Amino acid sequence: MLKVNDLHTFYGKIEALKGITIEVHEGEIVTLIGANGAGKSTTLKTISGQIAPRTGSIEFLGEQIAGMPAHLVTAKRVIQVPEGRRIFPQMSVRENLEMGAFLRNDKDEIAADLEKVLELFPRLRERVAQKGGTLSGGEQQMLAIARGMMARPNLLMLDEPSMGLAPVIVEVIFDTIKKLNKAGTTILLVEQNAAMALQVADRGYVLETGSVALTGTGKELLGNERVRKTYLGEI
Amino acid sequence: MSAELGIIAQQFVNGITLGGMYALLALGYTLVYGILLMINFAHAEMFMFGAYVGLFTLQGLSRIAFFTSSGPALLLLYVLTFLIAMIATGILGVVIERFAYRPLRHAPRLAPLISAIGVSLFLQNAALLWISSRSLPFPVLFEVRTFRIGGASISSMQILIIVTTIVLMLVLDSFVSRTRLGKSMRATSQDRDTAGLMGIDINRVIALTFFIGPALGAAAGIFSGMYYGNIKYNMGFIPGIKAFTAAVVGGIGNLRGAMLGGFLIGLLESLAAAYISTGYKDVIAFVVLIIVLIFKPGGLLGESVAEKV
Repeated sequence: MLKVNDLHTFYGKIEALKGITIEVHEGEIVTLIGANGAGKSTTLKTISGQIAPRTGSIEFLGEQIAGMPAHLVTAKRVIQVPEGRRIFPQMSVRENLEMGAFLRNDKDEIAADLEKVLELFPRLRERVAQKGGTLSGGEQQMLAIARGMMARPNLLMLDEPSMGLAPVIVEVIFDTIKKLNKAGTTILLVEQNAAMALQVADRGYVLETGSVALTGTGKELLGNERVRKTYLGEI
Repeated sequence: MSAELGIIAQQFVNGITLGGMYALLALGYTLVYGILLMINFAHAEMFMFGAYVGLFTLQGLSRIAFFTSSGPALLLLYVLTFLIAMIATGILGVVIERFAYRPLRHAPRLAPLISAIGVSLFLQNAALLWISSRSLPFPVLFEVRTFRIGGASISSMQILIIVTTIVLMLVLDSFVSRTRLGKSMRATSQDRDTAGLMGIDINRVIALTFFIGPALGAAAGIFSGMYYGNIKYNMGFIPGIKAFTAAVVGGIGNLRGAMLGGFLIGLLESLAAAYISTGYKDVIAFVVLIIVLIFKPGGLLGESVAEKV
């Protein structure tokens, strides 16, 4: 479904991605794990069109999308749920969700999807008229994911959805990721919480300073000694 | 009604008229700031440019006998004048953004500011060179009647200005809160990158903003010409500064704040002219600004919802 080949992305003169090659197949959960500055978020931002790559290709459903501006990538239903939630603080929860469906015109289907995501996150239903900025961090993360789902994504890319959240909420978020995947959404998940991410993922890539250091199935990586030492905190 | 109350009522009428012009102009500052976090110093020149286009359109069209033949035709003449001036000024705004600001979008924040000052000087001097260094009379083609309400008098000109201003504001307000394009503007002003992820074409939204703001500024410029009877190449400077102050007083980035700030400054200025001294009326806007910022640094209707990180 998604084929990223030898991607190089720069911030000014600093080379953040030094030839990333990853692949996501339809129906999978694929995770990118790694330390701060390894290039996880940069990879997602390059795919979603927020940053243009210097060289390399990004093929989605057979089409080149590398270097496309963000709104055109979104039109391909490659949807990024950005790091730090980034919900619209002055808009109500409902308006935020409607923004997720900005490019869609099918009113009835949008209403049905709104109902679906509120079903998925009952906490959001209670706060549907509240301004986004008044929600707690966990609720904002739920809103950000729900907003992403409102676009009916072909590929949903989640950037650090567990960041800064209480363990109970992290469980809820990961349960939701599994649920969404079971219902047919392909997911590319960037996480610092490697243990959680590898447990839900079909496959994973370990990024180190801008390149892929290791790859394998979630189970393989969980069992890998280097991964256990560096990312799972075992001694 | 006592004479004292009559004066207050009269200054109220004058203040609302003046405030309407400030508010229209202030909307342009606040719209651009809301989206780009940039102060468009060239905005005052949209006021001037709009007034000139309005004047020339009015002069040109009034040569056609039809337009002065009857009341409704005259109304049509004015509607056309406003439309043409607003559209032309809107296009100028879009062109300025495209060539003077967009190339600097990722530059340090001071760069587009300086670029804006450059555009402002360029436009003022262009008008000075190509049109006139003196003020040009702005004709009024309809009979201005004066009505007395209580102790105050209000002219048909003032009614026209106040009503049109309020209509334009209501249109803008419902455009921003109801329509799809309006929503994309709000989303972009709250979080530009994320708006892009929603599928919003950011460059289109920015261009739209640079159309609407100058178009409203042009309307204010024509009003100013009609109200004071003449226009000049540097006519934008003082109203521009006051409108910018109004935008800050109301809470920059907030549309309703700009409207409120505009009317507030217009009113206080009129009252100050009557009760303190006409010489001090220009100072009032800035005294208000300072007082408001001491107590409410974000402006009267500034952001109240804290963003969580």
